[in-house]
Amino acid sequence: MAETKMELISRSIFERNPIALLVLGICSALATTGQMTTAFVMSICVTLVVAFSSMTISIVRYQIPNSVRIGLQIMVIATLVIIVDQILKAYFFGLSKQLSIYVGLIITNCIVMGRAEGFAMSNPPISSFFDGIGNGLGYGFILMSVAFVRELLGSGSIFGHVILPLSTNDGWYIRNGMLVLPASAFFLIALLIWLLRTMDPKQQEKD
Amino acid sequence: MSHYFDIIIRSIFLENLPLSFFLGMCTFMAISKQVKSAIGLGAAVLVIQVITVPINNLILTYVLKPGALAWAGQPDLDLSFLGLLTYIAIIAAVVQILEMFLDRFIPTLYNTLGIFLPLLTVNCAIFGGTLFMVERDYTFGESIAYGFGSGAGFFLAVVCLGGIRERLEYADPPAGLKGLGLTFISVGLMAIAFMGLAGMEM
Repeated sequence: MAETKMELISRSIFERNPIALLVLGICSALATTGQMTTAFVMSICVTLVVAFSSMTISIVRYQIPNSVRIGLQIMVIATLVIIVDQILKAYFFGLSKQLSIYVGLIITNCIVMGRAEGFAMSNPPISSFFDGIGNGLGYGFILMSVAFVRELLGSGSIFGHVILPLSTNDGWYIRNGMLVLPASAFFLIALLIWLLRTMDPKQQEKD
Repeated sequence: MSHYFDIIIRSIFLENLPLSFFLGMCTFMAISKQVKSAIGLGAAVLVIQVITVPINNLILTYVLKPGALAWAGQPDLDLSFLGLLTYIAIIAAVVQILEMFLDRFIPTLYNTLGIFLPLLTVNCAIFGGTLFMVERDYTFGESIAYGFGSGAGFFLAVVCLGGIRERLEYADPPAGLKGLGLTFISVGLMAIAFMGLAGMEM
């Protein structure tokens, strides 16, 4: 491998961020960004699932017949997601209620499938594992930045701790109600894409 | 009856899958450049949603729920942890059968929907519809209404976005915002417009 493990991790966070560039996996990404806590848990779940599914699929990549590989990949991913879901339900029941269906939706998250199909099928297990971690962290980076803005300006807190005392609770901060609505996540992602693409003009779309 | 209408209206406007739950965003963004392909995608989602949500509801009631297997002499069995794996397999199977059926019997429809069907196996909107049905404990009748409503909501949203994006071709945005960025902003504005219908009740 020409790339070291650190490069495998870091390139997916900035240069080849799965959400900003490839528009993968935004489905479940945005809905959990109302609060930092849910976004954080969601990032951890996705990172674990991507890393381990990539590793598992990479280990058995010579045994998988080409014609049924998508089905097998989904089975591996679904099994891992069920494990994550059951762990959340057993130890963090409140959080798992808040995340509601979005943990289950990791199965259909395009990042997981994309890495399994695009990287793990043609690379050894260890580098697939680190590639998975990198992509999970890149996903988490976008998720946490959106959640940071939405929770700080929308509810005046971070991870549930009050930072800006709200005017409704005798504080001074008048909260921005729009940021609590789902629509605000679209605007924030748009601004983020604009920022990333202005810093790196290579990524801009041509006519 | 009005209860079912309420579910349909809610799932079309207020709980629109792409606009308020961000489900199916990948295909929603990718195949909305033109109204024509948007209609094909929307129709495919609608058809699959109407079929898969009720089927998964039956599977849940008669196979997976705690005690659901009483008819097979296994009243203590609780298979609900297998839910995720089962639903995705059912969806994949239904999509495959539907594709073969259309190809054989209704070729004109196959030509419109055909290319979108395989895409929809791992679409979050389809899977999300089923998961919402499970989470909200819908009955069989309610799940038909919900499947129709959520599919119609996706159809409406993707066709509208297609129309807007056709017009956006003539806009002259900053280079970094071109394409994806501008689409996200339009989707955000559409989401706000759909929110405007909140409070409407049957």
